[in-house]
Amino acid sequence: MSLVEVTGLTVEFGSLRAVDGLSFRLERGAALALVGESGSGKSTVASALLGLHRGTGARVGGAIEVAGVDVQEASDEELRRLRGAKAAMVFQDPLSSLDPYYAIGDQIAEVYRAHTRAPRRAARARAVEVLDRVGIPDAVRRSRSRPHEFSGGMRQRALIAMALACGPDLLIADEPTTALDVTVQAQILDLLHTLREETGMGLLLVTHDVGVAAESVDEVLVMRHGRAVEQGPVGTVLGSPAQPYTRELLGAVPRVDAPRAVAQASAEELVTGEESVTGEAEVVLEAAGLRREFGRRKRAFTAVDDVSLTIHRGETLGIVGESGSGKTTLGRMLVGLLEPTAGEVRYDGHARVGVRPAVQMVFQDPVSSLNPRRSVGESIADPLRARGEKDEERIRGRVRELLERVGLDAAHYDRYPHEFSGGQRQRVGIARALAADPRLIVCDEPVSALDVTTQAQVVALLGELRRELGLALVFVAHDLAVVRQVSDRVAVMRSGRIVEEGPADEVYDNPQDPYTKQLLAAVPALDPRIAAQRRAARRELAVV
Amino acid sequence: MTEAVLAAEAPGAAAPGASGARQFWRRLRTQRATLVAAVVVALLVLVALAAPLLTAIEGQDPTTYHPSLVDSARGGVPIGSFGGISGDHWLGVEPQTGRDLFARLVYGARVSLGVALAATVVQVAIGVVVGVAAALGRRWVDQVLSRFTDVIVAMPLMIMALALLAIVPSSFPRPVLVALVIGLIAWGNIAKIVRAQALTLKGLDYVAAARLSGWGTWRIARRELLPGIAAPVITYAALLVPANIAIEAALSFLGVGVKPPTPSWGQMLTAADVWYQAAPQYLLLPAGALFVTVLALTVLGDGVRTALDPRAASRLRVGTGRKREARA
Amino acid sequence: MSGLAGLTGFALRRTVGALVTLLAISVIVYVVFYVTPGNVAQITCGPRCSPAQVQQVAEQLHLNDPLYTRYLNFLQGLVAGQDYSTGTSVQHCSAPCLGLSYQSDQQVTALILAKLPVSLSLVFGAMVLWLILGVGTGVLSAWRRGRLTERLLTGVTLVGVATPVFVIGLVLMIVVCGQLQLLPFPQYVALTDDPEQWAWNLLLPWLSLALIEAAAFARLTRAAMLETLAEDHIRTFRAYGVGERSVIGRHALRGAVAPVIALNANNFGGAVGGAVLTETLFGLPGIGQELVHAVNVVDLPVVVGMVLVIGFFVVLANAVADVLYAVADRRVVLA
Repeated sequence: MSLVEVTGLTVEFGSLRAVDGLSFRLERGAALALVGESGSGKSTVASALLGLHRGTGARVGGAIEVAGVDVQEASDEELRRLRGAKAAMVFQDPLSSLDPYYAIGDQIAEVYRAHTRAPRRAARARAVEVLDRVGIPDAVRRSRSRPHEFSGGMRQRALIAMALACGPDLLIADEPTTALDVTVQAQILDLLHTLREETGMGLLLVTHDVGVAAESVDEVLVMRHGRAVEQGPVGTVLGSPAQPYTRELLGAVPRVDAPRAVAQASAEELVTGEESVTGEAEVVLEAAGLRREFGRRKRAFTAVDDVSLTIHRGETLGIVGESGSGKTTLGRMLVGLLEPTAGEVRYDGHARVGVRPAVQMVFQDPVSSLNPRRSVGESIADPLRARGEKDEERIRGRVRELLERVGLDAAHYDRYPHEFSGGQRQRVGIARALAADPRLIVCDEPVSALDVTTQAQVVALLGELRRELGLALVFVAHDLAVVRQVSDRVAVMRSGRIVEEGPADEVYDNPQDPYTKQLLAAVPALDPRIAAQRRAARRELAVV
Repeated sequence: MTEAVLAAEAPGAAAPGASGARQFWRRLRTQRATLVAAVVVALLVLVALAAPLLTAIEGQDPTTYHPSLVDSARGGVPIGSFGGISGDHWLGVEPQTGRDLFARLVYGARVSLGVALAATVVQVAIGVVVGVAAALGRRWVDQVLSRFTDVIVAMPLMIMALALLAIVPSSFPRPVLVALVIGLIAWGNIAKIVRAQALTLKGLDYVAAARLSGWGTWRIARRELLPGIAAPVITYAALLVPANIAIEAALSFLGVGVKPPTPSWGQMLTAADVWYQAAPQYLLLPAGALFVTVLALTVLGDGVRTALDPRAASRLRVGTGRKREARA
Repeated sequence: MSGLAGLTGFALRRTVGALVTLLAISVIVYVVFYVTPGNVAQITCGPRCSPAQVQQVAEQLHLNDPLYTRYLNFLQGLVAGQDYSTGTSVQHCSAPCLGLSYQSDQQVTALILAKLPVSLSLVFGAMVLWLILGVGTGVLSAWRRGRLTERLLTGVTLVGVATPVFVIGLVLMIVVCGQLQLLPFPQYVALTDDPEQWAWNLLLPWLSLALIEAAAFARLTRAAMLETLAEDHIRTFRAYGVGERSVIGRHALRGAVAPVIALNANNFGGAVGGAVLTETLFGLPGIGQELVHAVNVVDLPVVVGMVLVIGFFVVLANAVADVLYAVADRRVVLA
């Protein structure tokens, strides 16, 4: 008997069909990944396995059998005994997935007691045992802490400990590492791998990240619009995909181990590229000894510490770092939205205070970067009007031109942001930046909120604009692969400082700083065999 | 489905604007209780506006004494059944003075609604100015204004109003004074709400983008911040109106609010407990009027809140795209 | 996090903040009341006084001194006590001295202390009642959400929210004491004299004050619990087979504790105002009734003293609530 057997699963929310006739099977001890972009229905499948749609108004059709329980027909009590005991789930955001008011050990003990009738003391002991098992140091003491006193990675470990508490046969992990930094992600994936080896439990992994799937499972099921596109062993599907959509998806995934695609670059660009390396090209912006502190007195901390940079005309500088590295603060200082505590930003050789139109920014969050109450045309027209342009005809004309330039319809002028998808909103943001006729655009995580296919399109657009308009770009991101694909030069940030800087290929192919090495080793590989090698390499790095 | 997901997300990211106005009305229309409340409130406003007309039709006014209609031998109980209801006096007359109750009731609606609305306007005006100034001003401006707001919030409204109203000379027009006193004391909470909302909006990327466009602080406050503050302010103001009506009535009940001969519901209740057996409508009319008005305004306020902001809580957590990205 | 030590520090800082707030309130109150138009000396002396007599009264009450000296004198009296000459004799008013009544030459502090037990009995008794009634109703509504019980409770609480305190009080008094004669008209009996009579006599005032507040708490508790129920961590416990009773009673209710504390602090000042109405309505000899009297005869020292004492309790309640809030929600930054 299989651990999970799903036949003809359909889930409908009102008129929306999120999952459409999906069938798959997972054997005991095996690992399967559901891979898809947002809206593919993959998380809905995970919830359906535990019957979490019951009582929510969603219509679930087809047959679901998990660990011998018919989820569709089971009574509420049978379902309750399945959840957590035989099949446990790990969620995406570990902070919001734990009750903020209770100690972590108590929450795990509560789950254990819900299934075992163990006395309070024994349940607490079990909680400490599983916390220790997932690698929480000093588990006795830490079990008394509340979730906000843990770091992101520790919280995810605690949630995994909760899943382990009753010794389940199946672990369902819904985007377990999406909210985490790449080095922490690697640790969590390694932990899942080890636990699976030790306990022999089955794993159903839901993820948008093909690399994460390649690291962790034996089989992959690619989903799109609620249906299965392709299914098979991970090596086969990722190595030689049979379906066009799978190929498209894999093609869009940026590779950290491949040099930047030179095919797109024109001869001209190669010339400027070399110039920038030798420092002959004109300098657009220069940062000298930038430092920024937040908070006061005891609470003060330094977000950016003594950073100096030079950005030349027509080049792309990538700034890469994990959360808290100070990269966003640095980006905001470069455009003048934040004043540095010490040091200065020089534009065209002159020290500068405050914002100036020639230096623009593209923001991370496509939801909050556009005013929901103003039409996108009006938002794009802002820099024109601020400059003193009064002629409505000329403003409209220029905005239409910009809309078309970024790949949108000129007729979209009077539409509002909520009518656009995430990728389209990022294009609007780029058009708004272009309206100021900038010489430099700082892009702060411009594609991290987007699906990989959309991500690839936006990255391509930025590249085109740079070539065409001779723009300088600063590309701030946490994703090492994306940064490699767009950058001429790369700066790696950690704790407010730049630990390594140089031409992109040199930094990636021959990293000097140990932190850069650690980062690169943590990036999930698309090839399962390389993934295994990396895992071994990480163990060595950890020992050193 | 990406588009659908993001579209569904958008109204949560900030309350409706030009595009959301239609949604607002649609959501408001689907709440039956709110619609009933809106009709009741509209009727009350009409009655208040048309008070002179209505009393003219009845042929009475709120201030004329009718000693012939009360039995002075029995301490001033109205003559006739049900407190002296007749064709001339639709709802009977007041004990002791014999003034027409219908006229006093409809004129009382004027005072009640007028004072409450005026007080709300004063509260909102001060609250918005102080809140925005605290959010956008320099650090010390924020410190001073926030501390001051804390002090204002800590002052017990009823007590301060009670004391203040007693010492201002009676030559000052009373209803205006009551509205001013309520407005000047009770703006603290609205200032806090405005400051918090303005700070949230100030941190949003679209405000940063407006700065990068080259606009100044004033223009950004007007174009990008104020429309976003409108939703919570309207919501809160809608609940302030019934609260102010209750406060005005309470002050008049204690004899320091609107002074006779101006009619007020609270005032009418002051003596009612003595008369409830002989003239029950003397108690029931103002109490009922107050109850219906406050209830209708509260239900309407609730409805406005639900329609403006169906996910009040989740709006406070404008998530980063990264976290939400994979939620199918 | 340094847990208890951080909390103690926070409580200390909060106490200092409360003192500063009180000082600010005293300045505002003092300035507002003594600068307002209207000749205090004339009113105090009576309408038939000659200008010379009025002048004499003004002299005696120090009304001709500059405002800041009077305020500093007032502060000094508050901290160190003061001597007052009342024409024939000298009266010592020991700290905290709030001055002498213009009307009766009695010490304001003594006057307030005599009335305080009545008001405290009323407010704190009602508070216990409204917390129990309000939170209980809210929990029941959240537990039976979507059912008839919830809709009924929602209707009842809405009516409660919409009824002014003196209307409920009037109706209760007329129906319970007048029509049904279930209880005698309330007369205050001190707790120390006869606890049982104390409670019986205060029952109606408590109810009139508590019912409205309880309605507000019921609405808040229900809303906070429903909001918590929609959060991700509730989904976690459901997905782990934790029973509904524990989900509601342990996790959802816990999310409502901090908002309830915050609302209690916020509404405390309003409830004190309601207490004034209740005292007047039921003829309870508390601070509220005294205040209404003092206001009507423009006895400024008594008015200022009472406003300050009531302000003191409101500020105190807020400070206590802030500390409790910090304990209840350790996530708040203790700053």
